[in-house]
Amino acid sequence: MQEQMLPRVVCKMLFPFIIVFALYVITHGELGPGGGFQGGVILAAAFIVYGLIFGADELKRRVPPAVTDALMAGGVLLYAGTGLATLLLGGNFLDYSRLNPGNPGDAEALGMTLVEYGVGCTVASVMITLFTQITEGASGTGSAETRSPLQEAPRRKEA
Amino acid sequence: MSAVLILDVILLVLVLVAAVAVVQLRSLFSATIIAGVYSLLMALVWSNMHALDVAFTEAAVGAGISTVLLLGTLVHTGRIAKGGEKLHMPALLVCLLTGGALIYGTFDMPRFGDPKAPIHNLRVPKMLAQNVGKVPGTLPKATPEHRADAAHDNEPAHSSTPAHAHPSDDFGGHSPNTVTSLLAAYRGFDTMFETAVIFTAGVGLVLLLRRRREDPPGTISTGDRPPPQDHHATKGDT
Repeated sequence: MQEQMLPRVVCKMLFPFIIVFALYVITHGELGPGGGFQGGVILAAAFIVYGLIFGADELKRRVPPAVTDALMAGGVLLYAGTGLATLLLGGNFLDYSRLNPGNPGDAEALGMTLVEYGVGCTVASVMITLFTQITEGASGTGSAETRSPLQEAPRRKEA
Repeated sequence: MSAVLILDVILLVLVLVAAVAVVQLRSLFSATIIAGVYSLLMALVWSNMHALDVAFTEAAVGAGISTVLLLGTLVHTGRIAKGGEKLHMPALLVCLLTGGALIYGTFDMPRFGDPKAPIHNLRVPKMLAQNVGKVPGTLPKATPEHRADAAHDNEPAHSSTPAHAHPSDDFGGHSPNTVTSLLAAYRGFDTMFETAVIFTAGVGLVLLLRRRREDPPGTISTGDRPPPQDHHATKGDT
């Protein structure tokens, strides 16, 4: 699929629009029917289509596994950290109104926005990892031999 | 009412046709695309039922990422399914029994959109009026009129927020979207652990599939693996 012109051009044209829509869904998570999960899935779908057409190696070059790993954990940390912040500010866990006691409505919107960002980060990263890992497992051992020393070096350092 | 019903019937017939086509088709590429069409039709059915959040999720997950992931799988597998499977009678029987039991279970449920359903009279007003941890006085009063409104339309949060309100008052202690408000605030723990489940799935994926890449089969015995740093150095030198 990597040599066909039509999918490549269409993918490159659609990519920014899918990303903008995904970010819209995530950032308006507390207002609309969407949210972190739906937006994260759309965001991941954009990258997975990119990986389908330009190859999983190219996707890994653009979005290194270290980044998705960090975002995967960072999303959950952001969610739990929001809850912890409200706990430290004297409320219950995930009691968003404590973020801004003067205006609890806005504080709740802020807390829910942060939480949706966390969910979006985690979902998008896991979906991208799902695609890269499955395609990596399906490719032959020869290609893994050629790319494993260079590409997996940074991840090994942090492990 | 009848127009909605006609639309529902048309959509459900199309859903049924799509489902049968996915099972019957031998071309896996066509089956994948029709599975996406199925999800899109289901999203239309959900939005026809005013369940916009479910419709959104169905469109994003079912028609979006499932189709894309299945296409990614198709790149690595064959395009045509092996035919010749016979009808498995016990499996068909189990499916029919389960489906029949589920349909039988729906007989006890209130009619769709019934304003007298228990969920509209007991549960939702309590959820909308709950003020756990909120500063008193900022919550919109859940008056009986509002409750009556809430029972009628499926988006009751709008009725509690005046349209001419100042933007900073828009939330009034709640997100304007009831479902999101319930998911992120009322059931914040639940959503947090759902996210943790997704994270755990991702960690399992990385541990199971990426570890295998470090030592390609045949090079190193799995029993005594050298420390990662040494392993990397030797591989980098060659």
